[in-house]
Amino acid sequence: MDNLPGSPARRGWLQWIDPRGKQGGGWGFLINRLAGLGLTFYLFLHLMVLGKLANGPESYDGFVKLAHHPVVVAGEVLVVLAVLLHGFNGIRILLTSFGIGVARQRLWLVLAGVLALGIGLFFILRMAGVLS
Amino acid sequence: MNDLWKLTVQIKRYKPGRGQWTSTYNIQIHPDEYVLDAVEQIWAYQDRSLVYRHLCHHSTCGACGMRVNHREKLACITRIRDITRAGGTILIEPLRNMPVISDLAVDMGQFFRLLDEIDYDQVQPAGSLPTGKGIRPDKKQPDGIERLVDCLECGLCVSACPAGATSGEYMGPAALAAIQLSSSSGYADMLDLADSEDGAWRCHSAFACTDVCPSNVEPGWRIMDLRKKLIARQLSVMVKKNEVTHG
Repeated sequence: MDNLPGSPARRGWLQWIDPRGKQGGGWGFLINRLAGLGLTFYLFLHLMVLGKLANGPESYDGFVKLAHHPVVVAGEVLVVLAVLLHGFNGIRILLTSFGIGVARQRLWLVLAGVLALGIGLFFILRMAGVLS
Repeated sequence: MNDLWKLTVQIKRYKPGRGQWTSTYNIQIHPDEYVLDAVEQIWAYQDRSLVYRHLCHHSTCGACGMRVNHREKLACITRIRDITRAGGTILIEPLRNMPVISDLAVDMGQFFRLLDEIDYDQVQPAGSLPTGKGIRPDKKQPDGIERLVDCLECGLCVSACPAGATSGEYMGPAALAAIQLSSSSGYADMLDLADSEDGAWRCHSAFACTDVCPSNVEPGWRIMDLRKKLIARQLSVMVKKNEVTHG
C-alpha cells in the first residue's frame, strides 16, 4: 500500500516505538523489539571485544580494566535485563501464538516483567556482593 | 442546551499541493453524541473543506475509521464522553499504513483489491462462523441458516498493525482473517497466498488488530490459527513425500 505521490507517510518504523494508544500486546511488541535491537547491538560489541584477543593479552587486559567502569557495569545490567525480558516476553508471545492467554495479554506481560526484574535484581545484588 | 460540552477538536489535515497541517476547532456537543457527529458539525458549520468518509452511522459500513486520540476507532460509535471530558481536547487523524487522499480520507484501494483477490464468501453458513464474543465456529447454529461474516472491512486493524508499519507488501490482519474464516472452493489457493513472507508469517503477535477491531473478528487469533493450518499442511505434504520416497 504505497503512498500516493505527495501524500504524507502514514507508515514507518517510528510506529514501533510510539507508545500512544498501545495496549498489552502492543507494549509486549515494543519491549521485545527494543530488547532485541539492544541485544543485537550488544552482540556486535561483544564480537569486537573478543576480536581484541587477536591483538594479544595486553589489549584484552586493557578492556577487562575498562569493564569495571560504572558505565560498562550499568550496560552489563541492561544486557541481563534485556535477555530476561526478551526471553520471558518471548515465552508469552509463544503461548499467545498458540491461542493461550490471548485475552489476558497485559497480565502475562506484567508477569514476564516481574520475573525479568526479579531475576535481574538478584543478578544486580550478586554483582554488588550483597548476595554470595 | 446546558448539557452541551465545550470541546477543542484538533484534526490532522492534508491536501495535495498544500501539504500537512493541524486545524483546531472549538465546538459545543452533547457528550452522548459521537465523534462522527463532531466531525460533521465542524464540516457543516465551520469548515466545508474538511474531507472525511462516512455512510451508515451505526457501525455497519466501516467507512468512518479514524485515529481518535491515537487509537483506531469507528467514529460513528465512539461516544464523546468515553474519550474526553467537558472542556477537553480530541485529536483526530487519518488511519495509518494507507496513503492519505485528503484530510481524514485514506486510499483503501489496495486493501479492498486484496480482499477481492482472496474472494472469500461473505455469506457463510451460520454454523461455520462464531457468535457473540466467541472465536470458534458456533456449530449449534441450525442448518440452512446463513449470515454475513463479521468483518466490516473498515481497515482499523491494518492501521493499528505494527508489522504493517514497515512493510507495504504485508497482507495485513483483515485479509489473513478472511482466509482463516473462509471455507470456499478456492481455499487451497488462499492458503498458498497466506503461506508467504508477506502473509501469516510477517505477523509479530502484537494483537493490536484484535485490540482495535470493532466487530467480532479477532484477527490476531485468526492469524495464529491460520499458522497452525499452514504448519499442518506442510507436515502433511512432508509425510506424503516420505511415503512416496520410502514406499
